[in-house]
Amino acid sequence: MDFTFIPLAFGQLLSPQTIGFALAALGLAVHFGFGGLLNFGQAGFMSVGGYFFAITAVKFGFPFWLSLVAAIIGAVIFAFILGIPTLRLRADYLSIVTIAAAEIVRYTVQTPQIAPFTGGSDGINGSSAAFDALNPIPPGRYGIAPLLYSASDLWIIICGWGAVLVLGLLVWQLMRSPWGRVIKGIREDEDAVRSLGKNVYAYKMQALILGGVLGALGAVVAIIPTSLQPENFGTQTTFFLFTIILLGGATTVLGPIIGSIIFWVVLSLSDGILSILVTNHIVPLSTVQQGPIRFIIVGVALMLLVIFRPQGILGKKRETYFSV
Amino acid sequence: MSDQSATTDVNVNVNDAKQIYIGDVGPGVKKRDPILIADSVTRTFGGNTAVNVEHVEIPRNMITALIGPNGAGKTTFFNLLTGFDKPNSGNWTYDGQKLAGVPAFKVARRGMVRTFQLTKSLALLSVMENMRLGATKQKGENIFRAMLPFLWRDQEKANTAKAMELLGRFKLDTKKDDYAASLSGGQRKLLEMARALMSDPDLVMLDEPMAGVNPALTQSLLGHILGLKDQGMTVLFVEHDMHMVQTIADWVIVMAEGKIVAEGYPSVVMQDQAVIDAYLGAHHDVDLGTLTGQLAVAEDIDPHLVEELREEVSADPELAEELAEEQNRTEQ
Ligand SMILES: Nc1ncnc2c1ncn2[C@@H]1O[C@H](COP(=O)(O)OP(=O)(O)OP(=O)(O)O)[C@@H](O)[C@H]1O
Ligand SMILES: [Mg+2]
Repeated sequence: MDFTFIPLAFGQLLSPQTIGFALAALGLAVHFGFGGLLNFGQAGFMSVGGYFFAITAVKFGFPFWLSLVAAIIGAVIFAFILGIPTLRLRADYLSIVTIAAAEIVRYTVQTPQIAPFTGGSDGINGSSAAFDALNPIPPGRYGIAPLLYSASDLWIIICGWGAVLVLGLLVWQLMRSPWGRVIKGIREDEDAVRSLGKNVYAYKMQALILGGVLGALGAVVAIIPTSLQPENFGTQTTFFLFTIILLGGATTVLGPIIGSIIFWVVLSLSDGILSILVTNHIVPLSTVQQGPIRFIIVGVALMLLVIFRPQGILGKKRETYFSV
Repeated sequence: MSDQSATTDVNVNVNDAKQIYIGDVGPGVKKRDPILIADSVTRTFGGNTAVNVEHVEIPRNMITALIGPNGAGKTTFFNLLTGFDKPNSGNWTYDGQKLAGVPAFKVARRGMVRTFQLTKSLALLSVMENMRLGATKQKGENIFRAMLPFLWRDQEKANTAKAMELLGRFKLDTKKDDYAASLSGGQRKLLEMARALMSDPDLVMLDEPMAGVNPALTQSLLGHILGLKDQGMTVLFVEHDMHMVQTIADWVIVMAEGKIVAEGYPSVVMQDQAVIDAYLGAHHDVDLGTLTGQLAVAEDIDPHLVEELREEVSADPELAEELAEEQNRTEQ
């Protein structure tokens, strides 16, 4: 039997995909965990960020920093488009609009009419050129087999985790400031906060933008080592993100980060174990069934988690004493 | 504050040269120094007119009680005045400035702060965080300044000290680190009131502040509300507890079916036949704790029950004597 999947699964510990999801999940925690904004379209923010980055980098040849700024601007615009009509309304409207908007983005970028621009359903390759050009690490192989990293792998991992550190601290600081207090107050009861003279609408918009920008930056990290694929930003991605924040603790800063690591390591491990079981005919499944089964396991794990540890791994137990 | 001194307080007002109103007392009477003036405010829900106030003025630096039966439109009127609901028509000014159509948060910033009948404590915030949220003009509430704690740390300390002082007054200081969700219903009412005071408002609007607060604390709270007036604030409160209204209100406004039906000094309004009929009920001065009180209530419901009660009373000579005495008193 081939057990290399075990070290490879632990490679997920640091992988750009884990980083990307950690950032996007942090953004979702700002929306949902701290602000009570039920955003079911975080994948849409990722998609917009990814496309703004890749299009400006590949089609317009922007330098890396400028493309990064473009991704942020894209997320801000998307937040305004979603927020202006819905944030004055009851919470449910935001969730309906965000889930629809994310799907609209996913389908729109694949329409043939704008394919020369967006790459259609093939997505966009090579958006990392400008980023790699900044790489100071000498070419070579780093690490121990089978976990070997090229210089550019290492470069994105270092920059990515650096970004997680900086943005994590930023969110942490914001959430312990008076600004964060208003945001958490809005989650609890926005009329009460309004009665205390706070412009609830403006705060919700700020939270939507902040979380959306984190999602866009997550997408940038995730696509740099591979390519931009429109199908990577479907509804499934949003639900992965919800799984991650529920796993780690939605009202914490470290929760989404730890949650993302655990999620990808476990998903990858279970995939490896399942394929060993399937190829050795230990379980009566075909390789085609193997993929969906993995997600069933994830779903069951999530249910168990919500039942037995609703506050997540890092959340405070006492928060769940009160069903309000 | 005892009943005694409060009653004399009312008497002082009645004889005061600087009396509250101008002209003849009645619904919508002009005030000498109004802080809030509302004109033809209406609000309908479907076909049901919840509020239809032609004219009302709230006297500055006074404690005004807004009373009326359930469904009279008191809460709806509060919601309209504070921007939480939109009227079908109407205008009102606060401190001489137009306030109709101003969003709720701006109303609060102008110094008109309210509490809610259905308490809105922020459950998963600590009691202290609830209080701090009430403070106005916080530098750290700007998202950019929030990232630089040295800009707002001193202000935060000052707000915390102020919050501690208020929490102490409302007997919540030992709870400061608990989640607001862990407070009892009455304690949440107190927290909400204390939180509203964090903003140093000019006009405090309390929707049933005493509902669910125990008698001992009610007494000291009445003292605090009087204290607010001393500090120069205006208080407008909705309350069903007539004891509270009698004790601290300088002025009483009575609403029924959306309209203002009576206004006046508490001692006078409570004697007004229209008010008694509309709101207080025929037996409002009867102590419902005694058997005689039960009799009075029974009369309204079921003659048969009255008979039974009377038999019970006559079987006991001591009770019969008490009943005779009580009836004498009510007749006087
Ligand atoms: N959101 C609403 N939708 C429909 N009808 C409403 C609404 N709010 C209030 N009403 C109606 O308006 C009328 C006045 O209600 P309101 O809550 O103002 O009464 P209230 O004087 O505060 O009574 P209470 O003393 O019981 O608190 C009631 O008949 C109520 O049914
Ligand atoms: Mg009411």
